[in-house]
Amino acid sequence: MPETLLALRLRHHFGDRSQPAADMDLHFSLMQPWSVLFGPSGAGKSTVLRALAGLLKPQAARIIFRGTCWTDTAAGIFVPPHRRGIGYVGQRSVLFPHLSVLENVRFGVRNAQDGMQRSREALELLHAGHLAMRRPQELSGGETQRVLLARALAPAPKLLLLDEPFTGLEMPLQAALLQSLRAWLAEHPTPVLSVTHDVSEVFALDAEVIVMQAGRVTVQGEAREVLAAQREQMLQLLRG
Amino acid sequence: MDVQALLLTLRLAAITTVILLAIALPLAWWMARTPSRLRPAVEALSSLPLLLPPTVLGFYLLVMLGPNTAVGRALGAIFGHTLSFTFAGLVIGSVLYSFPFAVQPLTAGFRSLDRAVLDDAALLGASPLRTFFSVTLPLARPALTASAVLAFMHTVGEFGVVLMIGGNIPGVTRTISIALYDHVQEFDYAQANHTALLLMVFAFAGLLVLYLRRSSSLARNGGGLA
Repeated sequence: MPETLLALRLRHHFGDRSQPAADMDLHFSLMQPWSVLFGPSGAGKSTVLRALAGLLKPQAARIIFRGTCWTDTAAGIFVPPHRRGIGYVGQRSVLFPHLSVLENVRFGVRNAQDGMQRSREALELLHAGHLAMRRPQELSGGETQRVLLARALAPAPKLLLLDEPFTGLEMPLQAALLQSLRAWLAEHPTPVLSVTHDVSEVFALDAEVIVMQAGRVTVQGEAREVLAAQREQMLQLLRG
Repeated sequence: MDVQALLLTLRLAAITTVILLAIALPLAWWMARTPSRLRPAVEALSSLPLLLPPTVLGFYLLVMLGPNTAVGRALGAIFGHTLSFTFAGLVIGSVLYSFPFAVQPLTAGFRSLDRAVLDDAALLGASPLRTFFSVTLPLARPALTASAVLAFMHTVGEFGVVLMIGGNIPGVTRTISIALYDHVQEFDYAQANHTALLLMVFAFAGLLVLYLRRSSSLARNGGGLA
């Protein structure tokens, strides 16, 4: 039986109480090195990631990562984001505009003795070494995503949260980024929880899938089992 | 040209600006971020000098710093004399009078900061204090400059509060705007013209610096802070 990496129970309500669609009530455990939160827009996937990262204080939640309690609203425990050691690339992640690319990547490893070396290695791994001295404003969308990922990896996080980090990128670039990430994970085994609403991306990741719908987890399991219907639907569309 | 009054004014403006920035930085950050219900009241109070006639502020300060109030007596015990008609009294009056000019640009600058930038800093392990000094302040630099320049220039040009609380003591409370008033009272329009022109050029130069910096900041960051 593999170890439970992460156990989450969460209840949260957004805004006006008269809107039941804004209710979230879910729980799941992660045991696989890579898991994917899958579901349509508005299902609450990003909210789960934000709660895990400590960017959102849920009304009721208990989050345990490898035996360490990050959030327990009943016991009044809340570990702030800067003490969780999470690598996070979200849809709203941005590079610090006043720092160069290298300084951005160094931000999370400033106090480490080998911080500079780790920053350069992370950039090289993501084929972004040549961008080191550039300013964020001079980067394309794809280059920015590579640097954001390098910045999240450089501190060697305990858990990597990826909120649709490849959305909007061309397929070859997505594949290249994924390959680089896999190479890094092979050297630094780190649990990953990513978010997507793209069926093809889930199959490309070959990860365990947690399907979410309207703030609830509907099913959890291997992609080929829990997303068989969606896969068939997509293949039919491709066949025309 | 009244060099003594000019130097005294510059000294007053410099000290006032330093004190104002030290108070305005945490207060503006609080006003930009807090969900507290007290915020509108604090904002209104901090903006009061914008609408209040300087003579009203000066009058109340004169009364408050005098020997008939607890504050005046306490300050008197600390300094050995009351602060009315002293340079220290002028500093207190200037800090209050220029308060909104220091606080408002900073609050606007902090409010316009992208929340995601601060979240990213925290996720990279930065404590709130490190985030403030290594991310918030550098990104709010245009607002900080605006705050400092406006507070300085506004102090240089103040008249009503200075006259009420400081009077007209050469070398102690006689600022450049009081000197200008004296020149006019003495029908010395040539001297008054020199002094007025100097104040006008000074104000224009300050604003020019501010807008030039804002233009270069917009070009560099593709948008940004007040």
